[in-house]
This record gives sequence, C-alpha cells and structure tokens, in this order.
Amino acid sequence: MPILLEIFLTFAKIGLFTFGGGYAMISIIDNNCVERKKWITHDEMMNITVIAESTPGPIAINCATYVGYKKGGFLGACAATIGVVLPSFVIIYIISIFLDNFLQIAWIAKAFTGIKAAVGILILDAAINMIKKMNKKVLPIGIMIGACLVMLTVNFFSLKFSSIVLMLIAAAVSVAVFLIRKNLAKKGGTV
Amino acid sequence: MVYLDLLIGFLKVGLFSFGGAYGAIPLIRDVVMSYGWMSDATLSNMIAVSESTPGPIMVNMATYVGSSQGGILGSLLATFAVVLPAFVIILLIMVLLKNALKNQYVQAVLGGLKPCVIGIVLAMGIYMIISNIFPASFGGFDWKTLLLTIFLAALLYLPPRIAPKKLKKISPILLIVIAAVCGIIIY
Repeated sequence: MPILLEIFLTFAKIGLFTFGGGYAMISIIDNNCVERKKWITHDEMMNITVIAESTPGPIAINCATYVGYKKGGFLGACAATIGVVLPSFVIIYIISIFLDNFLQIAWIAKAFTGIKAAVGILILDAAINMIKKMNKKVLPIGIMIGACLVMLTVNFFSLKFSSIVLMLIAAAVSVAVFLIRKNLAKKGGTV
Repeated sequence: MVYLDLLIGFLKVGLFSFGGAYGAIPLIRDVVMSYGWMSDATLSNMIAVSESTPGPIMVNMATYVGSSQGGILGSLLATFAVVLPAFVIILLIMVLLKNALKNQYVQAVLGGLKPCVIGIVLAMGIYMIISNIFPASFGGFDWKTLLLTIFLAALLYLPPRIAPKKLKKISPILLIVIAAVCGIIIY
C-alpha cells in the first residue's frame, strides 16, 4: 500500500474510533504508530505530547501533523490531518442537519435539558484536572485566579470582552515579570 | 458575510485554544455569542454532541457551528480554519524552529497563557452550572437541575473515593448518557 494512503487510513481509523477528544487519542496514536507500525519511537511520542500541550489547536491535529510529516513529509502531514478530521466531520455534519428537528421531540428536548447539567460538570472537572497538573507558583496561580474572576464577571454580566484579549494580557504580564526578574538577577538581586 | 466570519472566528479559536477541547469551549462561546449565532442552551447541546461522537472535540464543534450557520461550505470553512493554525505551527516547529519551544521568551508567553486558560475554563464551568440552576438571568430557581447537578457530581467524584482501587472515574460519555436518562425522567 502506498505510504500516503496507509497514513490516511490509519489516522481515519484513529479519528473514527476515539471518543473523548485529544488525550484519549494520544494513547490510541501511541498504540498504532509506535507499537504496531513503528513509524515513530516512544521518545518521539513523548516529545509530541509535550509539543501538543504547548501549541494551540486540537491535540489530535498536533499529533497527526507531527507523525504524518515524520513519515511522509508535507503530503504525509496533510494525509494524516485530513484522515483524522474526515470521519468526525462527516458524522457531525449529518447530525447537525437533523439535530434541530430531533430537539422538537419532547423527550429528546428533556434529555438535552438533563445533559446540560452534565456538560457544566464536565467543564468544571476539566478545569479541576488542569489545576491539579499546573505549576503551583505564585505568578501562575495569580494569573489563573485573576482570569477566572474577570471571566466570571464578563459571563454573568454578559459584557463584551473577548477571552483572547485576556490571554494576551496574561502573556504580557508573564513576559514583563520574566524581564524584571532577569534584570534583577543581572544586578545580583533575587526575587 | 457569514463565511468570512466563520473563517476568521475559527482561525482565532484554532490559534488561541491551549489545553485541548475544553480550552476552546470559552473561545467558541465568544465567537458564537459575538455574532449572535447560538444561545447558551444550543451551545451546551453542541458540546454534548461533540463529546459523545468520535474524533477531536474541537473539530466536531467547528463542523457543527459551521454547518448550522453556513451549510456544507460553512462547516468545511470552520473545520479548515480550526485545524489550520495547529497544522502550520507543528510544521514550523518540525522544519524550522526545532528549539522554539525551549526559547525562554516563548516559555514566558506560555507561562502566562496556560494558567489564564485554566482560569477561563474554570469560570466557564462555574458559570454554566450556576446559570443552569438559576435560569432566565437569575429570574428563576430550578430545583430539579440543582438536584440533578448534585447527583451527577456525586456520581463522578464519589466512586473513586469510596473504592480508589476498584472504581475508576466514569467516562464523560457515560455521564452524558446518565444525565440524558435522568432528564427524560424528571423534566
């Protein structure tokens, strides 16, 4: 089988059979690309995970692009990325056409009212998991709490304020603190 | 024009979503609210559908919003846009900037972005739970949702505490299914 087709099919299978998003996908990619196909080494897989955590966008796309490029260059990266996206694109597109009509049915609307409660808990749970793993120093904790308070205010009072602006401010604060510390260290002081 | 809005909106989501799908949810909420495309209730339906179907959750949400606003072309554009920044950035890191992530200024920027995302997701979770329990902008009090929320939270957090070795945390999909069944029964 030509390698591009093999990359595409492997990632289409990964896209079709993983539920729960990126982190669930990492172990499936590990199983397929490291253990079975030996396209990349285990160390490279660890490396991808670290890169995926520090780069924006869907984690599955980060991984697919990395493995695809490693194995088949630019076209390999395209094949892997399209492969991992295509199954969910087709499935969600079909669902999106019918969902509004489904929601007209009384018991389905009731089910989704119940699901709303679960979604809130899942988002809070995701935040709790991220807090457990985060760097527990004063600056990150301060930024985290500050960002949370700002966004609570924005959400509850329906203010027009983009979270992207908040992220840019947080990045600027972090860089400013870094520069100040570097300057002080040069002068022999410590912070 | 809706197609251009979808493209730009989801490019922003793809470029600023750190920490996986949950980091993207507040950004997607920003986009759909600022254009008036969806209410909080529709958004919550979409999150549930995206979580319960296979594939990257962020891609699922982009496809869904795109399709609901601009049909097949809209869903293609939104999906393309949400994927593109990650694709380009990984290629750049692999080809040109092998040590970019070790650069101390890049680290300083990430050191600000990551905790900020956590704070934003935390605020989103708190907001969704409270606004479910007090619907209509605090005009009402929904005791059924309050009880359901407490029940679901207990289901998620108690089993691993009661028997840490035997019971694992239940999966998000199972929690959604249980919530759906409870919803049909109580509402």
